[in-house]
Amino acid sequence: MKASLTLRASMVSALILVVFLGAWQLATLPTGGGAVYADPEYAAMMGGAATQASSMPTPGVVGSTILSQLSNPFYDNGPNDKGIGIQLAYSLSRVLAGFLLAAIVAVPLGFVIGMSPLMYKALNPYIQIMKPISPLAWMPLALYTIKDASLSSIFVIFICSIWPMMINTAHGVASVKKDWLNVARTLEVSAFRTAMQVILPAAAPTILTGMRISMGIAWLVIVAAEMLVGGTGIGYFVWNEWNNLNLSNVIFAIFMIGAVGMLLDMVFGVLAKLVSYQE
Amino acid sequence: MNQPFLKVEGLKKVFPSPGGAPDVTVFENIHFGFEKGEFVCIIGHSGCGKSTILNVLAGLDEATAGNVFMDGREVKGPSLDRGVVFQSHALMPWLTVMENVAFAVSSRWKDWNKEQVRTHCMKYIELVGLGHAADKKPHQLSGGMKQRVGIARAFAIEPKMLLMDEPFGALDALTRGVIQDELVKICDATHQTVFMITHDVDEAILLADKIVLMSNGPLAKIAEIVENPLPHPRVRQEIHHDPQFYAVRNHLVDFLVSRSKLIAQGELSSDYDPLHPPVIRPVVEALKLAA
Repeated sequence: MKASLTLRASMVSALILVVFLGAWQLATLPTGGGAVYADPEYAAMMGGAATQASSMPTPGVVGSTILSQLSNPFYDNGPNDKGIGIQLAYSLSRVLAGFLLAAIVAVPLGFVIGMSPLMYKALNPYIQIMKPISPLAWMPLALYTIKDASLSSIFVIFICSIWPMMINTAHGVASVKKDWLNVARTLEVSAFRTAMQVILPAAAPTILTGMRISMGIAWLVIVAAEMLVGGTGIGYFVWNEWNNLNLSNVIFAIFMIGAVGMLLDMVFGVLAKLVSYQE
Repeated sequence: MNQPFLKVEGLKKVFPSPGGAPDVTVFENIHFGFEKGEFVCIIGHSGCGKSTILNVLAGLDEATAGNVFMDGREVKGPSLDRGVVFQSHALMPWLTVMENVAFAVSSRWKDWNKEQVRTHCMKYIELVGLGHAADKKPHQLSGGMKQRVGIARAFAIEPKMLLMDEPFGALDALTRGVIQDELVKICDATHQTVFMITHDVDEAILLADKIVLMSNGPLAKIAEIVENPLPHPRVRQEIHHDPQFYAVRNHLVDFLVSRSKLIAQGELSSDYDPLHPPVIRPVVEALKLAA
């Protein structure tokens, strides 16, 4: 009997992981005393490190870093040494704040653009020129006007999350079936009730897709923004560990950024399922 | 003079053409009326503007000229007095059958509590035979069942007039027959006033008391109004045994096949008066000779 597709797929996934870890291990193997010459004095000073071919940590070293970091995620030993949980919490709170502010602006504005061809035409040039701007390009202006590093990164998240949400909301609202609106009209349903009970549920899947895209971009951007402004957050953590030349912490942080990003996307996947409908 | 329940006066619709071409007048000088409790079908080829007339009656579209009066009041914009059954059923897919009907019912009676709304909805959902499917979503229903929900929703607000735009056009013949039977039953029971578009001659004979015939567009006219001589109650399986049936059927088919085109080309009788389109009551040849 053939194993189920899920089982076979997870076997292939496991195989890929083993091959990857094996290749990593091989690439970072110490090549032994003979292969690399080291000045004896230097070698005495550096211990074993001088003879190591690569300073890239082995999978084992990274594994023990992950274990020790995750076993104590919320320690706080001053500004340059905080647990990964605290750093992630800073980043997440900035992302959520910027994202929520963007949603508050983008969804109603998207509604207006979607319902009014006039507003669509009037606002379209601004959207088109604002959309491709890298959110980090706003950082100097934000720092100058807001004068607060943390608030500036929230602003950067706000400005990068707003466009996909606004465009998707407008698109979803504009493509609500005319028949549904006509049903509401023949029933003399008020404009507000039509918006809440017909247009919103009809456009909700499209709006949520926009939110999902925005959240993905926001999580990408927060790392770069925090590298730039420093202080706290996962982006700052990565940059700080690079300055400490602690590559195994850097790799650990990369892994955590991926894991949190995946979780955020999964949350929106669940939300999208809740509002989706089948015609 | 006594005014009919529904009165259409001098209706005209012009569609602007793009790029400077002359505008198209789909129909003009449309006059007709009918009484409360009557079932009226309108028949004509595509492009004669039947749907536009129905949308004007519904208040969803505006005529270029002319007026519509219902129950002595001018029709301006959509109203709960006129229920609409849409061709594409127009159910909201995120709501269940019950919620779809309840959306309409709670719009009609805003002060009703949940229990009142539910009881009222259930009555009409059961009327179309869908009591067992009340909590299903539209995508779980067949095309015929969806259309029945659309009919239940329109009936549930107890409108003064029901407007139906080819409600059975997208259904297979068997399903169509079943729903037609249900519609006959409901209308006989409620004496609902109905204005319906159809392409199906047999459907018109089964359902309608009056059949409005429109000539081809553009510049479509009401060629005549045919009174259905078949008596109530009409049963689908039996009406074709009535000798009158073929007289009406032949008259309607002749109109659709040839006369609708000829009239559009200008072959109208000299005494044609658009204000009072001729009212015809087809009779069997044998009866005519006997008379």
